[in-house]
Amino acid sequence: MLSAASSALIICCGALAREIKTLIRLNQWYHIALTALPAELHNHPEQIPEAIRQKIGEGRKQYKRIFVAYADCGTGGVLDQVLKEEGVERLPGVHCYGLYAGESRFQSLQEQTPGSFYLTDFLVKHFQRLVVESLGIDRHPQLKSLYFNHYTEVVYFSQQPTEALLLRAREIADQLLLDFTHVETGLRGMEKILEQKIPLRESVNLSLNLDQHRRVV
Amino acid sequence: MAIDDSSDDINLAELDDKELSLQMQDDLYDGLNNEIAEGTSILLDRGWHPQKVLNEVLVEGMRIVGVDFRDGVLFVPEVLLSANAMKAGMSLLKPLLAETGTSVIGKMVIGTVKGDIHDIGKNLVSMMMEGAGFEVIDIGINNPVENYLMAIEEHKPDILGMSALLTTTMPYMGTVIETLDKENLRSETIVLVGGAPLNEEFGRAVGADAYCRDAAVTVEIAKQLIEERVSQHQQSAIQ
Ligand code: B12
Repeated sequence: MLSAASSALIICCGALAREIKTLIRLNQWYHIALTALPAELHNHPEQIPEAIRQKIGEGRKQYKRIFVAYADCGTGGVLDQVLKEEGVERLPGVHCYGLYAGESRFQSLQEQTPGSFYLTDFLVKHFQRLVVESLGIDRHPQLKSLYFNHYTEVVYFSQQPTEALLLRAREIADQLLLDFTHVETGLRGMEKILEQKIPLRESVNLSLNLDQHRRVV
Repeated sequence: MAIDDSSDDINLAELDDKELSLQMQDDLYDGLNNEIAEGTSILLDRGWHPQKVLNEVLVEGMRIVGVDFRDGVLFVPEVLLSANAMKAGMSLLKPLLAETGTSVIGKMVIGTVKGDIHDIGKNLVSMMMEGAGFEVIDIGINNPVENYLMAIEEHKPDILGMSALLTTTMPYMGTVIETLDKENLRSETIVLVGGAPLNEEFGRAVGADAYCRDAAVTVEIAKQLIEERVSQHQQSAIQ
């Protein structure tokens, strides 16, 4: 994914890679290269800061500017310490759900229904691997109720929803015996941050491009 | 630790005490509820004191699980299965322990803070504290400060434990501690905090007595702080 022609590098979480790639393509940010770390690291957040430090070290050899597309992601401030030492910025906030939904909307949803489990397009697609298998629910179905007994609903924050994704998201809610809510967030939250954080040389009319894309999907 | 695939074939009743204890620790590691319940009954039938079964077999077994979890050998599902197996043994031991009137080291109220519904770590801490001889009152998840205050008033615990797994909910521990301060409850309550994203520095910053990395450390620190408190009280009584 690294390209010598690019001048800026985004180091992102695997859970955001496809979405950021879409934004790069739609906005023709040809000078931005993307490299991802496995989303599985979320289950071991203590490993995230050093993994990112290593990617930054590798990226420095080639790129003038580096941006980290991770939130705090459960590192309890350790990621921020590493990024401060490296002089690199990251996405604002604590996790990507707030970023997609908008922090204040996320906060009020969370306060209204504390027992929500959040899905994104990525998590809908990889729920089986990242939640069911990773947390051993496939091997030990009795664990499902231990994990989810305090949950009441599944909230799907969709970025580029399709019929198939919506169907699968509903299926996940059914599987967990939880209510289902769909909130369309799109990619604008993420796009705005990237526009702010990375010099957008060669960028073209963003909203026009995205609108065209949305008509296609 | 060796994983014994043949444990199905082992007749637990035929093992001597030492072998049975080790086998049960293996079974605990593998999260085998029935085997733990069976082994517990056998040891009790052989005249083991329930406290001895708890300490030497179950708590020791969970300590090993805890070490392997910390070192990344085990992950959350395995720990949960082991904890469930321990529960199977505890449910047999608890009524007996109550009967024998084993002395309680101290009382702890524990709960996950407001906005957070993660509870696996908290449950594990509760179980290990109970195993170590503490009376534990678990007030569950998503607790606003009022719940902590009510529980403190009702149960008069020696220790208040707060758990948080989300970066957004960690700071609420500070709010609870400040409120305890205002209500003049802080000095009489030992406050322990824990949860994966926390660290020692955070514990200090919010004014807790200690941050505890895991359940085993919690038990150690709780015992130590209670002891310190008892000796302080004794000293001030002498003066
Ligand atoms: C299992 C898990 C879940 C389960 C929760 C099951 C349950 N009933 O608790 C499920 C899958 C349901 C879940 C849901 C969510 N989770 Co979650 N989850 C985890 C995971 C993988 C493990 C946590 C765990 O149980 N560990 C096992 C226990 C044994 O360890 P522990 O909790 O650390 O506890 C030990 C010590 O910390 C200490 N301790 C703990 N509490 C206390 C208390 C006291 C008083 C003391 C002294 C000690 C102590 O002792 C314990 C025993 O040794 C973590 C990642 C991680 N590895 O930490 C993410 C994690 C905590 N979750 C996270 C997130 C984001 C969520 C969700 C928002 C995801 C979503 N898609 O919706 C939701 C929460 C929604 C909501 N409404 O709040 C993030 C938090 C990120 C952040 N910035 O805050 C993490 C860090 C993953 C990540 N990197 O993104 N999660």
